[in-house]
Amino acid sequence: MQLLANYVYLIGYSFAIFVLISLGLAVIFGMMRVINLAQGEFIMLGAYVCVEATKAGMPLWLAIIVAGLAVGAFGIVVERLIIRFLYGRILDTLLATWGLSLFLVGGVTILYGPQSESVGATLGNFQIGDISYSRYSLVVIIVAVVLLVGTYAFWRFTRFGLIVRGTMQNAGMAAAMGINTGLVYMLTFGFGAALAGLAGGVLVPIVGASPQLGVSYIAKAFITVIAGGPLPLLGTSAASALFGTIDGIVSYKSSTVVSEVAVLLIAIVLLRLLPLGITGRLRRGL
Amino acid sequence: MRIGIPGLGAAGERPGLLWWLLVALALIALMILPSRLNIAQQFNISIIFILALLALSMSFLWGYAGILSFGQTAFFGLGGYGFAVLALNLGETTFSLFAAILLAMLFAAIFGYFMIYGRISDIYLSVMTLVITLIFEKAIKSTSGEQYVIGKVRLNGQNGIPTVPSIKIPWHTAKELGIDGVFYLSAALLVLVYVGLRLLLTTPFGRVLVGIRENTRRIELLGYDSRRYKLAAFIISGGIAALSGVLFAVWNNFVAPEMFGLKRAAEVIVWVIVGGKSTLVGPIVGTAIVQMLKTNLGSQAVGEWLPLILGVVLMLVVLAFRDGLLPGIGGGIAWLCRRVRGGAT
Repeated sequence: MQLLANYVYLIGYSFAIFVLISLGLAVIFGMMRVINLAQGEFIMLGAYVCVEATKAGMPLWLAIIVAGLAVGAFGIVVERLIIRFLYGRILDTLLATWGLSLFLVGGVTILYGPQSESVGATLGNFQIGDISYSRYSLVVIIVAVVLLVGTYAFWRFTRFGLIVRGTMQNAGMAAAMGINTGLVYMLTFGFGAALAGLAGGVLVPIVGASPQLGVSYIAKAFITVIAGGPLPLLGTSAASALFGTIDGIVSYKSSTVVSEVAVLLIAIVLLRLLPLGITGRLRRGL
Repeated sequence: MRIGIPGLGAAGERPGLLWWLLVALALIALMILPSRLNIAQQFNISIIFILALLALSMSFLWGYAGILSFGQTAFFGLGGYGFAVLALNLGETTFSLFAAILLAMLFAAIFGYFMIYGRISDIYLSVMTLVITLIFEKAIKSTSGEQYVIGKVRLNGQNGIPTVPSIKIPWHTAKELGIDGVFYLSAALLVLVYVGLRLLLTTPFGRVLVGIRENTRRIELLGYDSRRYKLAAFIISGGIAALSGVLFAVWNNFVAPEMFGLKRAAEVIVWVIVGGKSTLVGPIVGTAIVQMLKTNLGSQAVGEWLPLILGVVLMLVVLAFRDGLLPGIGGGIAWLCRRVRGGAT
């Protein structure tokens, strides 16, 4: 019982981390096919905004939302200045966002220095048997699930979601129906950036904010979305569940680095078996 | 659009006499050069040759096989670390050099098999290579504990492995290559690899490779298994990157996890896009220009601003020049010439 609860907790937590770091990328890379290497830096910016906002006296939950909104706005600026010239030039997007990533890491290092800053989450602990767990990590799991379900519902059931999906499927046709596709692209990119900003805000009390924060997540996020395959949300959830399970168990038995290598190896083998990703065989869905 | 220089021929065609003459001239110049330079200059110029090999490995794969691999630094680092660990354990360098390169090629073969034979899409492949190199960096960084020892060598995590020996001359093992020796070796290897790749592209293998880049489906309908050719190109270029890594370790007498890092990987891209990927000389020139700028600007003064500047340059170049900086400027000059000539008639 004790052991089982422990594993459920660890796996749930790993799953939540995978969902948080890759959900924004699932929108930007999975739906829009924009390889955004600065996605990790969006998470990092979210973390810093959250730190600044709590320093200014906001409660943590509000600071997290502010982080999401601020990074979303920043994402829209990035889309207008850089990304919109590069749609369809997938490799150039990669290079430009890489430049953006270097720029942001460099800029934040100059502004804040390389050390890490943090925010305390005073929620205390709870106990199962002999082991005590941080209550905040339960919050992380809940936020991850809410974001996942919320994003799914938003794309699936709202009119805006329908327009976005239509535009991503066939931009020319959507434009012919009178939809301002440029605007849709801009807002979708902003949405993906906002998800990353939220993730950064949620993660700050656990990992702290440092310039290298994004770099440490970007590899995991891309593996998750690639392994997920063509249906971004479903695929990302499935891949997060798979990798979260492996990561939860291996990092408990060994170390986080070993678990990261294990996840990568599993992903490579998985891609050999299912080159299109987990959802490659499914026809429809989101 | 291809900017050809008469007599040289575009890559893929059999090189003309003029090309051989130029290669010979370059080789002679490189062999005479060190006697005219002081030690510091020799040191600074050798690193250009070494890094140009890395750029060459990437641009060969990208420009001719159409595979954009960001993870060439994975093989670069593997080569460096492989050499460091082997050479320090064995106290011998010739075998270590070849073994380190073979190790990286073996890794390229395994990783490439899983990626290429699954027919994973090109863009996923690019991202996966990047992921590999980042995870290598992370894994090596985490080996700072005392338990991470291969043979007699501690991996030292973040701090890297110091005291990597220089190459010993195989027939005279008591003597190590000095700074001028490394200069000669890396210059000769760069020319050798360049000529090798250039000739490789004229063989049937090279032609199929270029064909795959142009139109994979057509090549497959002609009966070629494109995956075999792509994998072979991937392995070759992994080997070249590893060679560069070994030389880097020798040049530096030091290897560190940064060899795998995002910054190094980004620099490779900058060299290649500055030089352009449509020729093999381009990336070499690109590396030389960027490295010389870096040395002359004084990385001390630029220091922490370097990633910032690098990032801005990368964004601007992508937005402004599609084919790379040098071809872009070349194209601009050609356009101007046409305008002027058009105006005259």
